[in-house]
Amino acid sequence: MFGFMVRRLLVAIPTVFLIITLAFFLMRSAPGSPFDLERPIPEAIKVRLAEKFHLDKPIAVQFGYYLKDLSRGDLGPSMKYKDKTVGNIIAEGFPVSATLGLSAMGLAVLIGSLLGGFAALKQNQAGDYAVMGIAMTGISIPPFVTGPVLALVFGLYLGWLPTAGLDRGQLTFTHLLLPVITLALPQIAIISRLMRASMIETLRSNYIRTAYAKGLPGYAVIVRHALRAAVLPLISYLGPATAALLTGSIVVEQIFALPGIGRQFVMGALQRDYTVVMGVVILYATLIIILNLIADLLYGVLDPKVRYD
Amino acid sequence: MGSASHNARTEALMEKTIEQANVKGRSLWDDARARLMRNRAAVASMVVLSVITLLAIAGPWVWPHEYDHVYKSKVGIAPTLEQLFIFGTDSQGRDLFVRLLFGLRVSLAVGVIATFVSLVIGVIWGATAGYIGGKVDEFMMRIVDTLYAMPFIFFVIILMVVFKDFTTGKPALNILLIFVAIGAVEWLTMARIVRGQTIALKRKEFIEAAEAAGVRPFTIIRRHIVPNVLGPVVVYVTLTIPSVILAESFLSFLGLGVQEPLTSLGKLISNGAQDMETMPWTLLFPAVAMMVTLFCFNFIGDGLRDAIDPKDR
Repeated sequence: MFGFMVRRLLVAIPTVFLIITLAFFLMRSAPGSPFDLERPIPEAIKVRLAEKFHLDKPIAVQFGYYLKDLSRGDLGPSMKYKDKTVGNIIAEGFPVSATLGLSAMGLAVLIGSLLGGFAALKQNQAGDYAVMGIAMTGISIPPFVTGPVLALVFGLYLGWLPTAGLDRGQLTFTHLLLPVITLALPQIAIISRLMRASMIETLRSNYIRTAYAKGLPGYAVIVRHALRAAVLPLISYLGPATAALLTGSIVVEQIFALPGIGRQFVMGALQRDYTVVMGVVILYATLIIILNLIADLLYGVLDPKVRYD
Repeated sequence: MGSASHNARTEALMEKTIEQANVKGRSLWDDARARLMRNRAAVASMVVLSVITLLAIAGPWVWPHEYDHVYKSKVGIAPTLEQLFIFGTDSQGRDLFVRLLFGLRVSLAVGVIATFVSLVIGVIWGATAGYIGGKVDEFMMRIVDTLYAMPFIFFVIILMVVFKDFTTGKPALNILLIFVAIGAVEWLTMARIVRGQTIALKRKEFIEAAEAAGVRPFTIIRRHIVPNVLGPVVVYVTLTIPSVILAESFLSFLGLGVQEPLTSLGKLISNGAQDMETMPWTLLFPAVAMMVTLFCFNFIGDGLRDAIDPKDR
């Protein structure tokens, strides 16, 4: 298993390098520069700024500078915020995005697998149809519809929850509730469908019949034998789910005005803040790779048929 | 001479066989179609989707209002039968109904074309890798794995930003870019599915027979592999279209999708979300239209999967 991990991490290095290269050259080929402000600054200052950030050098040289800084763990200064480095910006935004994403993921896995398991046990009965109807609705409504509607109903009409932002810079339960639900809904739907399908297949297998035949009570069969096998497909879905949550969190941060890194990324891209965009892309690529690796390892632990060596 | 009459006899025999086949034979596809037609949700979805598509294509031509005409004295009026503003007008005084039809047209077109792009790339890539196998397969699928690890939406965003100024004022180019950006992202799963199917097919007798008869590899892929992987591919296509429509609306929501005065479902919803406190109908109608469309595609996709792969029923 250790060898497997090392091999996977070694493969990840060229992947990350490719991502960095692609993002760097794509971003630089965008017209405009970070110093095109609404209130134009004098040409002389622009030149000095460009010099400071090496923007006056050929692009290959700039790439060299960037890699050199990166190898020391330095993501560079932001080109828009004078007093902030990319590291600062990520350090401020990441906790918000991570809390949002993890809570949504937790909620989605918990509710999704419960609903899916329930539907499987009631296959082709009213309960099953109800759950699958809800799931289909969840998949068909995008978060940028549920978000504003939830904010309108619970924030404005009922006045129970705040509609946007943080509580004096602090993440609180009430401020997180609506964004987390918005983000989790589509994932709840997908996970419950996956769980239902795999649970139905598991319930039909021979060893479940054996378990029943040797007289185990129903809940023991389901909890100890069926569930363990049925969650496996869910684990391999965790990788794509993470990617989906990252994407969704860009929208949710926008709707609820949360200062996460998804928002920083979109703003950075629009304002040509090259270093911020690069920093966020690198962070997310690394995250996805690590989470995929964890999912694979978990799979190996839970599924005795899979062994990594 | 003898051979001519022999040929004639063979032909007669073949015709007879074909005739018998026509009478008796029920191919897997016939079974699948029968199963699909028994699925009421799927059939209803197909009907609804046909109506929506027809409305989206023909509606804007027939409807008395133009999608980009601004009625300065009719800003933000609620749905009314007067002057046929049946869905009301938006915050700029444009007829919402015709804009909705137009947005549907754009969203459906993006969904279908981007899916088609991903289909072509994915099927060629997956079938080639799976059929050739060995080192080539490993290399090609390693590329897919690498791309999978990319935070793709970020690249799409960067792409859209990069080309935004370039495409301003050229709506056709802008939409083309959306097709390409999304299509280029969606082909990966398709390639994986097709590869898996191809590897399973490769060991079947009819492929071996074709190989023994000296058919060239690419002809085998084209004539024998691709038609036989069509089942799972069709299912995946129906499920990809809604996810592409979602991806486009996601870009539009961030202001990176189609540009005014053109519109799409995502753009309409994003505008509606801004005005929802004073003009709730500007959010309601586009949101419902999107839901219904995605519902239909998802139901059809599920129905097709059950029909083609009856194992899960």
